[in-house]
Amino acid sequence: MKNRSLSFWLFLTPTLVALALVVFIPMLEGLFYSFTDWDGLSFTKMVGFQNYITLLHDKAFVNAFWFTVAFVIVTVIALNVIGLGLALLVTQKFKGSSFLRTVFFMPNMIGGLILGFIWQFIFTQGFSALGSALHAGWLENWLTTENTGFWGLVIVTVWQMSGYIMIIYIAYLQNIPQEIIEAAEIDGASAWQRFTKITFPMIAPAFTVCMFLTLSNGFKIYDQNLSLTGGGPYNSTQMLAMDIVNTAYNSSNFSLAEAKAMIFFIIVAAISLIQVFYNRKREVDL
Amino acid sequence: MSKKSTHLIAIFGALIGLLWLFPFYMIVTNSFKTPKGIFASVLALPHPATGHNYVNSFKALDFIGSLTNSLIITVCSVLLIILCSSMAAYALQRNHSKLSSGLLLLFISAMLIPFQSVMIPLTANFGGVHMLNMWGLMFMYLGFDCSLSIFLYQGTLSSIPFAMDEAAEMEGASRWQIFYKVIFPMLSPMTVTVAILNIIAIWNDYLLPSLVLPQAQYTIPLQMFNFFGEYTKQWHLALAGITLSIIPVILFYLAAQKWIIKGVTDGAVK
Repeated sequence: MKNRSLSFWLFLTPTLVALALVVFIPMLEGLFYSFTDWDGLSFTKMVGFQNYITLLHDKAFVNAFWFTVAFVIVTVIALNVIGLGLALLVTQKFKGSSFLRTVFFMPNMIGGLILGFIWQFIFTQGFSALGSALHAGWLENWLTTENTGFWGLVIVTVWQMSGYIMIIYIAYLQNIPQEIIEAAEIDGASAWQRFTKITFPMIAPAFTVCMFLTLSNGFKIYDQNLSLTGGGPYNSTQMLAMDIVNTAYNSSNFSLAEAKAMIFFIIVAAISLIQVFYNRKREVDL
Repeated sequence: MSKKSTHLIAIFGALIGLLWLFPFYMIVTNSFKTPKGIFASVLALPHPATGHNYVNSFKALDFIGSLTNSLIITVCSVLLIILCSSMAAYALQRNHSKLSSGLLLLFISAMLIPFQSVMIPLTANFGGVHMLNMWGLMFMYLGFDCSLSIFLYQGTLSSIPFAMDEAAEMEGASRWQIFYKVIFPMLSPMTVTVAILNIIAIWNDYLLPSLVLPQAQYTIPLQMFNFFGEYTKQWHLALAGITLSIIPVILFYLAAQKWIIKGVTDGAVK
């Protein structure tokens, strides 16, 4: 199709218009408003970097930032270790392994909002019942402190996303030629040697894919946060996405929310760009 | 592998599987209990079992209404995304110029922008033209989700030889006919993937519809959020509501599992 042909542009029009109206124009507006005193309807003046200076001293934002960073570090490690573990488990040949795949992936079908509600019941009612039955004090009063809220969010995320990560690792594990493993077995390599010398290097690309997926997902989490802890107690478990939403719609501080949203964009975009760069480099190395 | 170690792995797998299913056990069993029954023991089986919670939460959730809204919004948005994205990908892939690679880059770069960075001006703009309703929402989903879909379609299109287009053109087919009758059917494996990825994301979405939809058009997640706020200390009702709301998803999963796993893998790896 030629650039000038009418059909070329007709085929592209619906998506280009939608992309412009839904993503690019609001993004540019948001960037502009972050330098004003916008109140959601109108603005009176430009304020320079004032909103960005304010957010550096905004306790809620700084707290949400570090809480999110800690959450991301823990979940990236946990999801990759558990996801790979599950993938290795269900790729063994035993009766019921495909049923287990179904089970492990199932939570991923349920939306984050409802997952949070499910686990709210388990943490507040189930854990305390277990705690009093086993006389284990640490199982009681979950979600009432920052610490238990943090680990609650980690557990929900791991339960939800491990199956997803497992699926990706399985796809790469199945690409390993069986002959290589058999040849190593004949040469007398132990199961551990086969894993570290063959399997692990061959699924290294999967590791990159999964690491960046879990990284950017971790930063963007909102629904689970809202339904599990609601950010409480006292906003101590509020993550970045939720802080932006609340700054806008609860505190009606729209220009500050826009500044936070731009910082949020820089973080999320940087992760994705590093991934693209990393993938290019690897392809060149090969 | 020896028989004994296979058994050990199977037993270990079964234990992990039970651990994974435990939350489902908890919500389903407790949803059949009376408030007294939940208070007495959350871990035991319901005794006596009651179906009343389901009757009450079915009404309070307006389950038929919110299920209908969820279905309309998901199905229409996904059809719109499939049609428009495959058309755009076709135009971009069959045009080998700097312009088309520039446009493709534009679509891909939109994937870098998180929702929170556009949400406030987006809802303000659409509110200004009275489009904060399910039709506006479908258009927004097209804007947010076309990028990944175009990217996926574009990859598949490069494996369909240009000779197909030429042959159809020789027989006098118009550009639209070539696309609709020849190319689009050949894209169907990728269409399944695009459909699956978007169905899961749109069906479960909460934040965007919560900012866009009026109460009469509430989807299941929005209705659940309101419902939960109202019945927060009445777990017997809340759990019946949760169970009701995940039944459609689980049925879909069990029916289309093969395609779902393939779609999710394609979406992540490509």
